[in-house]
Amino acid sequence: MRIWIPRDASAKALGAEEVVTAVKAEAARRGVEVTITRNGSRGMVWLEPLVEVETPEGRVAFGPMTPEDVAQIFDGGELALGLTEDLPWLRAQTRLTFARCGIIDPVSLDEYRAHGGLKGLTRALAMTGAEVVQEVLNSGLRGRGGAGFPTGIKWKTVHDAPIKPELGEKKYIVTNADEGDSGTFADRMIMEGDPFTLIEGMIIAGIAVGATKGFIYSRSEYPDANEVMAAAIAVGRVEGLLGQNVLGSGKVFELELRVGAGAYVCGEETALLNSLEGKRGTVRAKPPLPALQGFMGRPTVVNNVISLASVPVILAEGAEHYASFGIGRSKGTIPLQIAGNVKHGGLFEIAFGLTLDRIVNEIGGGTASGRPVKAVQVGGPLGAWIPVSQFDTPFGYEEYAGQNALIGHAGLTVADDTADMMAMARFAMEFCAIESCGKCTPCRIGAVRGVETLDRIARGDTAAIPLLTDLCETMKSGSLCALGGFTPYPVMSALTHFPDDFTGAAREAAE
Amino acid sequence: MLDSVDIAARVEEILAAHSGTEGALLPILHSVQESFGYVPEEVLPQIAQHQNISKAEAYGVMTFYHDFRAKPAGTHVLKLCRAESCQTMGADRVAAHAKETLGLDWHETTPDGKITLEPIFCLGLCACGPSALVDGKVVGRLTEAKLDAIVKGMR
Ligand SMILES: Cc1cc2nc3c(=O)[nH]c(=O)nc-3n(C[C@H](O)[C@H](O)[C@H](O)COP(=O)(O)O)c2cc1C
Ligand code: SF4
Ligand code: FES
Repeated sequence: MRIWIPRDASAKALGAEEVVTAVKAEAARRGVEVTITRNGSRGMVWLEPLVEVETPEGRVAFGPMTPEDVAQIFDGGELALGLTEDLPWLRAQTRLTFARCGIIDPVSLDEYRAHGGLKGLTRALAMTGAEVVQEVLNSGLRGRGGAGFPTGIKWKTVHDAPIKPELGEKKYIVTNADEGDSGTFADRMIMEGDPFTLIEGMIIAGIAVGATKGFIYSRSEYPDANEVMAAAIAVGRVEGLLGQNVLGSGKVFELELRVGAGAYVCGEETALLNSLEGKRGTVRAKPPLPALQGFMGRPTVVNNVISLASVPVILAEGAEHYASFGIGRSKGTIPLQIAGNVKHGGLFEIAFGLTLDRIVNEIGGGTASGRPVKAVQVGGPLGAWIPVSQFDTPFGYEEYAGQNALIGHAGLTVADDTADMMAMARFAMEFCAIESCGKCTPCRIGAVRGVETLDRIARGDTAAIPLLTDLCETMKSGSLCALGGFTPYPVMSALTHFPDDFTGAAREAAE
Repeated sequence: MLDSVDIAARVEEILAAHSGTEGALLPILHSVQESFGYVPEEVLPQIAQHQNISKAEAYGVMTFYHDFRAKPAGTHVLKLCRAESCQTMGADRVAAHAKETLGLDWHETTPDGKITLEPIFCLGLCACGPSALVDGKVVGRLTEAKLDAIVKGMR
């Protein structure tokens, strides 16, 4: 009997290890031989741990499983959900990047290959670098790390950048896996559930631009992802996917996993590069672009995990296929991460274009608390709080920019009507103060002033509200990077859409 | 407790293991902290020399990152997520309960040296918050009761 029990951190956080122990004990008690595979997550976090059993009809799901209920895996029961593939939440998705996540054993290269893996790389190995760059350009893929910069254009810059290999010069591919935004976990899930997709994407990027060395810069907050990623890299080396002769092609690609040390700002690409070089994670002024002077001053592609993990399917199925999904200039699919106070939270990959109304109320099923939705923060701690009145905005880069918002890394934090938006605004400033790299005054000092100003407002001093607005203007215009520059988004959106949460304190003080 | 000779010898091993690594300072500091539970200040000159930087630079790097400790932590480290998604599920309430039960503020350790309480900003468990990292293990849907059980297990 073959059984899958996810090793994804969300499954573990909800008791997957205890379920594994209980399943083994129950199987032994029954004298049934079981093979347990630790897969990634299917993305339905509210059903984790989601246990699956192989049957002639396909995989059957049970969840959310508990150690007490494991007998149901053998006898059936109320936790039986039917065929996994038929679950409406999965059926409604378009899984391109996450096609294998939750299905295969994440560290088995054989299973990866059997499920369509390495098709993109095989094709890329028969192309010139310039052709690969053109394919990615044609796909319309834009950076999923937040800024939405066209990946193909970035790659072309690095492709065209001159180096002297005879002097030992190299180009680099750096994966930004410093996923620090609250409400996001797509990078984590793919690293835990299908790490070879990222590795394949990085090798293709290497072929495209002529880079022979890659780094994955992950975070210390992701111990499970780092474990799976390291294991996959080791397998890749042994099986000749990585190293001096990629799949026997004669091409070189070495890969190293690095782990950050709890600094949010190191997600900013130049701070990340400094950190990778062993320096303080301060932001560098641009220019020079990292594409031209990145790691150790050499031409470097810095891309988000999901940007790179979307490359294999683009090469395998062709740019037109990928570009046929989405809206306007937001091509392809986006793994929405539905989080916070939501009934059905998890990862939902779909073409761009859905409204928040559909995402939160239909797919997410409303709040976990059962109370009305108050607002959704899209794009992490630097993203705006979007009120219900703007829930009809289609999910796309330009569409959100038009609403003074951003999609960022596509994380959505749902808050119910008990959320205090002034407290959320204060947190945004506090977070900025804690995480500021210290390079520019509007961010370093401004964020501290922001906390003080919000404390004044909380004490009923409404005269401080215009000060807060001015401060946000200063931070927006005078900050070197988006930490100081975008913290005003959550603050100002909270103030604009929920002024009562800010003046309520004044009323209470007056009463 | 290791004496300074043992420490220097262990650090030498760590440095040797990283000699071919480009920009090795963070991996080195991680290894040092893994070995000793913190980064003893006395090892910084040794590391600085190996990395060809000044001691001040090494110190600057070490103090920039929230993870690196200058002093040992408690036997157990309880990290509670403070970020937005977890807040919407009551993280502030659970954190207040933890602080009160343990008699600690963030970054403090109980007088018996058993438990250190630390904030953490997002574990990627934002769809099953409030979440925590308990001695490196992930915990989701944290409640006051769950927290009490965890603390009891540590004492
Ligand atoms: C404060 C700050 C934090 C960031 N954090 C991340 C992050 O965790 N992951 C990421 O991919 N990009 C992050 N970015 C964006 C990166 O600077 C960069 O745009 C991105 O890695 C480029 O990759 P992409 O083009 O594939 O999106 C951050 C930016 C800022 C200003
Ligand atoms: S805005 Fe803040 S984080 Fe960004 S460079 Fe300036 S001080 Fe550093
Ligand atoms: S916000 Fe707490 S785990 Fe992401």
